[in-house]
Order: sequence, then structure tokens, then C-alpha cells
Amino acid sequence: MSNLIQALNSARVRGWLYQGLFLAGALAVAGYLVSNTLTNLANRGVATGFGFLEREAGFEIGESLMSYAASDTYLRALVVGLLNTLSVSAAAVVLATVLGVAIGVARLSSNWMVGRFAAVFVETVRNVPLLLQLVVWYTIMNRLPSPREALEVVPHVFLSNRGMKFPVLADHPGHGWAFLALLAGIAAAIAIVRYGRRRREATGKPFPTLPAAIAAVVLPPVAVFVATGAPLALDVPALAGFNFEGGGSVTPEFTALLIGLSVYTAGFIAEIVRSGILAVPHGQTEAGLALGLSPVQILRLVILPQALRVIVPPLTSQYLNLTKNSSLAVAIGYPDLVSVTNTSANQTGQVVEAVAMMMAVYLVISLCIAGFMNWYNRRVALVTR
Amino acid sequence: MSKEVPTNTTTAWAASYEEEPSQASVPPQANGVTALKPLGWAPVNWAKANLFNTPLNTALTVLCLAILWFTVPPMVNWLLLNAVWSGSSEACREAAGACWSIIAVKHRLIFFGTYPYEEQWRPFLACGLFVAMLGISGVRAFWRPALSVAWALVLIAMGVLMWGGILGLTYVANDRWGGLPITLMLSVFAIALAFPLSILLALGRQSSLPAIRTFCIGFIELMRGVPLVSVLFMASVMFPLFLPEGVTVDKLLRALAGLTLFTAAYLAEAVRGGLQAIPKGQYEAADALGLSYWQKTRLIVLPQALRIVIPPIVNQFISCFKDTSLVTIVGLYDLLTAATVATTDPEWRPYFAEVYVFAGMIFWLFCFSMSRYSQWLERLANRYTRR
Repeated sequence: MSNLIQALNSARVRGWLYQGLFLAGALAVAGYLVSNTLTNLANRGVATGFGFLEREAGFEIGESLMSYAASDTYLRALVVGLLNTLSVSAAAVVLATVLGVAIGVARLSSNWMVGRFAAVFVETVRNVPLLLQLVVWYTIMNRLPSPREALEVVPHVFLSNRGMKFPVLADHPGHGWAFLALLAGIAAAIAIVRYGRRRREATGKPFPTLPAAIAAVVLPPVAVFVATGAPLALDVPALAGFNFEGGGSVTPEFTALLIGLSVYTAGFIAEIVRSGILAVPHGQTEAGLALGLSPVQILRLVILPQALRVIVPPLTSQYLNLTKNSSLAVAIGYPDLVSVTNTSANQTGQVVEAVAMMMAVYLVISLCIAGFMNWYNRRVALVTR
Repeated sequence: MSKEVPTNTTTAWAASYEEEPSQASVPPQANGVTALKPLGWAPVNWAKANLFNTPLNTALTVLCLAILWFTVPPMVNWLLLNAVWSGSSEACREAAGACWSIIAVKHRLIFFGTYPYEEQWRPFLACGLFVAMLGISGVRAFWRPALSVAWALVLIAMGVLMWGGILGLTYVANDRWGGLPITLMLSVFAIALAFPLSILLALGRQSSLPAIRTFCIGFIELMRGVPLVSVLFMASVMFPLFLPEGVTVDKLLRALAGLTLFTAAYLAEAVRGGLQAIPKGQYEAADALGLSYWQKTRLIVLPQALRIVIPPIVNQFISCFKDTSLVTIVGLYDLLTAATVATTDPEWRPYFAEVYVFAGMIFWLFCFSMSRYSQWLERLANRYTRR
């Protein structure tokens, strides 16, 4: 008895006891919920397991990056949804970053009026729910005139209620080669940057890294492009009957989602960029001037490296938010992962499996983005000695 | 004008790298000129210093003025001068401006959804009480224990008003509730219920007991890794499966549960920030005094940590308020759903912009005032710590 009391006085023993109780309680609750779920599913005559993935989906999907028909399997339908989610998120991340950085810098402009413009933009988009903004963009897209009266915003770019039509380069084998040359150029640029840094650290001599890297990226594809006969023929959209033929196109749903996500996230990114730049003390700029650096050098070598340290972590969570927010697509009918999963769950009744898969996929996407940005953040982080 | 000077001086350096090298390299001269209070009419000097100080800025100012010239007059015409303020949809079809009569006709639907028409004074009163309580809670003089009693009373009063069934009020089932009351109640209840949960989660995440720590980390990271839409789907379709046969939970409560769990995970990270901001010496001093874990947490840690996390909590409340609009996806009748329904009436179909501008303004007013409030709180919190 006294041994027991003695044991209970030990924090470690009590710790194990609490954890044992906690685990037992958690398992009991989980078991209760699972048994309820199984009973309910059995009563409703719903099958369990992932067998449904092999069955025929039987519904059409409005847009898809890979070939898909209603006779394909649920698995293929879900992959189509995932690709749609990824494509709209990737495009929106790029657009939101460009827009956000521009507005963040504009908000710091010494020009009072430019600063006010940026502030009004930020305060408007950040304080109205994204869903409302998406619905507005989508309604605008839907109430655009029909293809016959399409708006020609820029020559050969048409906006109508069928989406946006734009010219694309006509297919030519030279494009593939130019693309390969671009990839090779990027690899060469990375090598040049590494070599330049090593040489600078070893000898102290500056190396024209930036011009060399830009040349390595730009020159090879241009050379290949010219060598293959500069195939610049455009595939221009033209009105044929009730709709356009030729050219590239994006659907109204995609356009609305892309604009909505980019504009909303840009408001948040602008604030992150602004606070990041403000976080670099003015003394750093003055020290750069005292060393005789040019304003561009100060920006590139003194301010940006320090500002990025502040900017990158919150920027990561904005990218994650954007990807997760792309799930609002379900409200405007863009066939993203959530929307396809929802349809599949409604048809098969296998809600638990469908929702679990959807959550798992988003979790994996989040972990990938977070992992990549953490790796990048470690690279720009302050090395303390 | 005097307010603009500090903004200008803090931002002037930020733009200096964009300027011509010759100007960036002689800042002392520029500073000297502004410090000496130049002669002349103040607004002109201000415009010279802030709008036309470099060729680039002059160009940008001209560009901005051009944009204003081409956007503001048409917008004012549409919003106000040519707008139709009341009357039928025929009057709107002839007018060139906004058709605010759709708001005049549909505002009851937008604000209160499908709540019985003659009884709509009840949600109106409930919302009024609610907004008044929010306002009172923002004033520091009222930050005392009695405030939570007042909140409890107001929430009970709101429940009585919304549901009815007693005091001679007719009963209104909550599937007929809609509009602004749903948005307000979901966001406030979600944050109020999420707050204690988030403290437990944040403490659990810092715990030295591996099983509890793992569980809390897992829950927080799971909720933060998935979109709210999927949590709401889970709440609306999976919760009924979890419950024993014959037990059903109302749609509104299920959405509230999903929203609460989701908010709790984000709030837990804010609270963790507060916990980590407390110096280790405080924990050690509490241990040295022989306080137990819960005494230490209740008397030493939380009073300091929660003070730090008040601004992030307000920010979380703003995003929770905006996120409530997502419940429309699981079929609840919130402000945004009501607005969308108002635009689908065939008679008023062309005037969707007016309805969305109106709904957007309601959301904007709430969110903007709360975000200003949170900035004020942050300044208040930093008042004694900033040197």
C-alpha cells in the first residue's frame, strides 16, 4: 500500500497513469463512434471499403487536363479533380505573388496617392469573404454576352459567357525542342550561380552572376527557336456558328476562381511584403550607401535577403491557404477535388471513405508545400554562430 | 497634414532604392529641406514632397489621377446620381444607374432569410442586442467578470427571441432561421466554444506527456491541413453516422461543431504563441514555489499568455466571421445564401451587382471595424513593452 502511494507521488508514474487513462478514453470514444458508424452504414445498406474506386463513375466532368469520360472509374474522376485543384492553385499562386508583391511595394511608395490606392485595395479585398468575391466574379462571367457579341478586350482575346478565348502558338515540333533548351538553360543557370558563389567565397572576386544566369536561361531556347525556323504561326480563335473555334480557352468557372483566389490572396501577400520590408532597419540601407553600393545592389544584397527571412514563413501559410481555399470551387461549379469527391460520395453513399480520401489528399498537398517552403526558409534563415 | 509626415519619413527610405542613384546618394540634403519648414502654402509643399518629388512619382501621380478621372465619375453616377432608390423593377430598367429598389424590396429576405415575415422584429432585436454586446465588449472599462454574465444573459435572450415558444412568442424552428443572425451567431458561438478547447490543445501540445502531445499535434495539424469546406462536409454528412441510431443533430449545430473544431485548431496555435512568449523564469519560479501543474497554468502562465494573444484572437474572429459564409455550401441559410437567393428572382435578375455590393458592405463593415479594433488592441498591448 505504501509502495503504491510512493509510486503515485512520482511525477513519472502519474504521467504514465494519465496517459493510460487518456488513451483508454480516446479508444473507447473512437470504438463507440466506429461501431455506431458501422451499424448505421449496415442499416442503410451502404458498402464499406475502397472497392468503389474501381467502378464506373457515370458522371461527366466539365473540364479536365487528362482524357476523361463518364465511363471511366471513380479513381480516374478523383485524379481529374485533383489535377484541376492543383492547376488552378498553381496558376493562382503565381498570379497572387506577382500582384501581392507589386501592391505591397506600392503601399510603401513615397508617392502618397499610390500608397492610398494600394491601401484601399488591401482593405477592401481582405475584409470581404472570399466566397462572396468568388460568387461575384462568377456572376460577372456568367452575365457576359454570348460568344456572338463577345468582348474583344485585347485583339484576338475574347471574353464571353463561355469563358475566355485567346490565341496560342500553333503546334510545331520546334516548340518542344525550345522547351527542352529552356530546361537545359535553367540547369546551366543554377550551375553558374553555384560556381559564382563558390568563386566569390574562395577568391573575393565578384562574378556577374545575374547577367550570366539570365543569359543561360534566355539564350538557348531563343537560339533553338530561331534554328527551327521561328515557328510563330498563331492559332487564333474565330467565331464559327454559335461558338469560337481554334485558340486556347479557359472556362468561366476557372477564370472566376483564378481571379478571385489571386485577388483575395494578393491582399494578404501585400501586407506580408510590406511588413517584411519595413522590418529591415533603415540603418541597413544607410550602411549599404556608406559602403558605396548602388541602390539596386542595396535592394538585392542588403534589403531583400533580410526581408525574405521575415516574409517567407507567413507567405508559406498564404500559399497553403490559397490551395485550401481553392476548395470553394465547389460553390461555383468548378470540378475540383472537393466537388468531384462530393459527387462520388452522393452517388455511392460511401461518405466516410470519400471524405477521408479528400482530407488525406489535402493533408499531403499541405505537407508538400510546407516541406518545400521549410527547406527554402532554412536556406534564407539567419545563420547564427 | 501633420499626420502624413511620420508616414512619409518612415516610408521615404523604402522608396529610396527605386529612385535615381543621384537622389538616393544625397539624402541629407533632402532631409534638411523638409526639416527647415519651407516657405509657401502648406498643401502645395505637401503635394510637392509627396506626389511630385521625383519624375517617377510625378508620372505615377498623373496615372493615378487619370484612373480616378475615368473610374470615379461613372461609379458615383451609377451608385448615387442615376440610381433608383425605390419603386418597381420597370423603373430600374429605364434608369442608367444602380437599382437600389431591389434592396428596398428584398432587404428583409437578405437580413432574415426565411424567418416568418411578421415575426422578423425578433431576429432584428436579437441582432441589435448582439451587436451592442460586441461593442460593449470592446471597451476596456467593461472588461470585468460581470461582462461574461451579461453575455450569458444576452445569449439566453437571443435564444428566447429566435426560438420563441415561451412568453407568448410563437415557436420558430431553427431550419427557418436565416441571414444575418445565422452569420453572427455561428461566428460568435464558434469562437466562444473554440476558445477553451484551444487552450487545452495548446497546453497539450506543450505537454511533457507524449501520448497527449501527439494527440494534440495530430489534431491541430490535421485541422490546419485540410480546407474548411471538407470539415463542414464531414460535419454535415459524417456526424449523423457517428451517432447511435435514432439520435439526430440539427444541421445548424453540426455546422457549428465543424466550425468550432476548425477554429479551435487555429486558435490553439495563437495561444501556443502566447505560451512560448512567457520567459522560462516564470515557469521555474512557479515550480520553485511548489505550485502544481494546474496551479502554475491557472495563476502564472495563462494570465500572462492570454493577454498577449488577445489581438490574434480578434484576428481569428474576423476570419471566422468571413468563413461562416461557407456554411452556404452545406445548405445553411446565412447572409450570403440569402443574398444569392435574392438575385435569383426573375423580376430582379439583372440587379445582382446591387445585392452583392450591399452584402459585401455589411461584411466589410463588420470585418473592417474589427480589424481596426485589433490594431488598436495591439498598440495597447505594446504600450508598456515598446521602448
